[in-house]
Amino acid sequence: MNMLTDAAIENALDKTPAREAVKMRGSDVRVFYGEKQALFDVNLDIGENQVTALIGPSGCGKSTFLRCLNRMNDTIDICRVTGDITLDGEDIYNPRIDVVELRARVGMVFQKPNPFPKSIYENVAYGPRIHGLASAKNDMDAIVETSLQKAGLFNEVKDRLHEPGTGLSGGQQQRLCIARAIAVSPEVILMDEPCSALDPIATAKVEELIDELRENYTIVIVTHSMQQAARVSQRTAMFHLGNLVEVGPTDKMFTNPEDKRTQDYITGRFG
Amino acid sequence: MTGYLFLAILALSLVAFYVGRSTASRFVASHGAEVHSRPLYHGAFAAVWVGVPALILVVLWLLSQDGLIDRLILASLPASVTEGVSASRLSLYLSEIKNVASGRIFSEPSPEILAAAERYQRWQAIAGWAMVVVALAVSAIALYLARIRMAPKFRARQSFERALDIAMITSAVVAILVTIGIIVSLTYEALQFFRLVPPQEFFFGLNWEPQIAIREDQVAGTGAFGAVPVFTGTLLIAAIALVVAVPIGLLSALYLVEFASERFRGIVKPILEILAGVPTVVYGFFAVLTVAPAIREAGSLVGLSISPNSALAAGGVMGIMILPFISSLSDDALRAVPQSMRDGSFAMGATRAETITRVLLPAALPGIVGGVLLAASRAIGETMIVVMAAGLTATLTANPLDGVTTVTVQIVTLLIGDTSFDNPKTLSAFALGLVLFVSTLCLNVLALRIVRRYREKYE
Repeated sequence: MNMLTDAAIENALDKTPAREAVKMRGSDVRVFYGEKQALFDVNLDIGENQVTALIGPSGCGKSTFLRCLNRMNDTIDICRVTGDITLDGEDIYNPRIDVVELRARVGMVFQKPNPFPKSIYENVAYGPRIHGLASAKNDMDAIVETSLQKAGLFNEVKDRLHEPGTGLSGGQQQRLCIARAIAVSPEVILMDEPCSALDPIATAKVEELIDELRENYTIVIVTHSMQQAARVSQRTAMFHLGNLVEVGPTDKMFTNPEDKRTQDYITGRFG
Repeated sequence: MTGYLFLAILALSLVAFYVGRSTASRFVASHGAEVHSRPLYHGAFAAVWVGVPALILVVLWLLSQDGLIDRLILASLPASVTEGVSASRLSLYLSEIKNVASGRIFSEPSPEILAAAERYQRWQAIAGWAMVVVALAVSAIALYLARIRMAPKFRARQSFERALDIAMITSAVVAILVTIGIIVSLTYEALQFFRLVPPQEFFFGLNWEPQIAIREDQVAGTGAFGAVPVFTGTLLIAAIALVVAVPIGLLSALYLVEFASERFRGIVKPILEILAGVPTVVYGFFAVLTVAPAIREAGSLVGLSISPNSALAAGGVMGIMILPFISSLSDDALRAVPQSMRDGSFAMGATRAETITRVLLPAALPGIVGGVLLAASRAIGETMIVVMAAGLTATLTANPLDGVTTVTVQIVTLLIGDTSFDNPKTLSAFALGLVLFVSTLCLNVLALRIVRRYREKYE
């Protein structure tokens, strides 16, 4: 961590405060996989009802940071997280916090669509069912329908809700996973390269969807595609070798980055 | 002599291999990269040509030689001996001739028989030497033909691979033919049985007392061939085995896959699989000497009278025997569920228990069911444990503390001692075997179908 980077972060935060209120905040986040340190003192705010894009070359720690935000790193035995991460001002690594409840508030969509080998309906109903969000069948039907509608999938699947979710196309599967995440009414949705396994048409649909979801949800998206970050996000954070290099409004990051590494990366000189 | 001939043919084809290889090496030296196949394939090609036709010839020769000589011998007997004699009388002559020829003389043979025996010996020797000469000639001609075909451009690899193809097809066909042979012989004898005992009695009768007299001087029961109690006994013991094995196997697999550390798993899994390597006869005496008395004593403590050959002892030990099937197939099935499923479920805020019961088990269910069905068919067909630990009397009961008998036990007892293939006692074993075969076959087919369908799921 050099002085220049610290200064850059400070600058970015000062000049461009998150437009809305801060939903999540990471302070001095460090992550270790066994002996190896994967993140170095990351300070990053996630603005409410914004799309924050995390970019950077492979292995730079952006996915690691994302997985800290809903404590998915807990499932990896050797992973250790220090520093503070807050959700609405509350420390999510506080022992009193129930990780089950946290993940209901901070949902996640993965790189590869991973629908459960169940029907489309059951895939969406999975979350509400385990969290007891619907008692009557009517309520559940309503939740499933609105979630699928919000994910822009309902019209395509309404006649085959009880067919397996694994039978959908890749893009449809990914939107099904988004619907599944939405169904528990999370406040934040984390997306880990959600379009990397999709073709351009399905990608466009998912990006459109992300833009619509911004109204109601706070979204953090990890992406390898500069164009995607530019298209869907309002704020962009650039990671490199486990450091947060720079963060700022997306248009500024792509037109006038402060850090040379950001400039090199988005112009394709490395990464 | 035949054995030496086989060795000689093998040695010749080994020679052919080296000849072929060195010939091809010379091609490589003179033509370089133009040579189509590697020298190894030229050698293998030559070896196949020299070995296989000669071996096939020898086998066919041996199969037909005896019949041919027999017929020639009978034809050479003077008409005064064979005139108007029945076929069975003729075959008696024949065996007498053979006995005399091999020096086993029981009574003074007639001069015709003596002469025939002499001829028999002579012809046997001629046939043997003829076979050697012909086979070696075939080998030599084949070596010559193979050598003629060898050239730098010759596609020896393709030829050799075609020979391998044929060898593989032959192996597969042999396996299939043996299976078909077993089915045919089972079915044939079972049909003989159903000619003596009506099928409705066998399939619906409630009494099984097959120990009827085979010889006229035996004292035995009049017999009853209602197989229902035998089948219910089998089902009872298999059910007990599954009741023991399914929960233990499934829970241990779950623990090993989801909770245990890599180190613990590395130690425990091989130990579990050792159970599959214990000979069933060892399980058998474990059941009859340890488990059955223990159950009996435990029962007497609470005032239950338990049969010394209780279904519980046999079934329980059989459950331990099939445990590795279930745990190891469930383990594979659970392991095959991709990590992304678990992540997806955890990311929804599901607890570990919810993830296991709602995502992992349903996803792995086909594999688990397949494992259970395979284990069930193993339990139904298992013989040694029940022969030692289960009873012999066919009781129609669902009480695990009673003694019951199983299909396999009955087959064993029916075929021990005197057998007679026109007596329902012996033939009933084949009927039982056929039913057992069909039911385990159905279970296996079902299990394999389920397992296969599940395998396609995550590709």
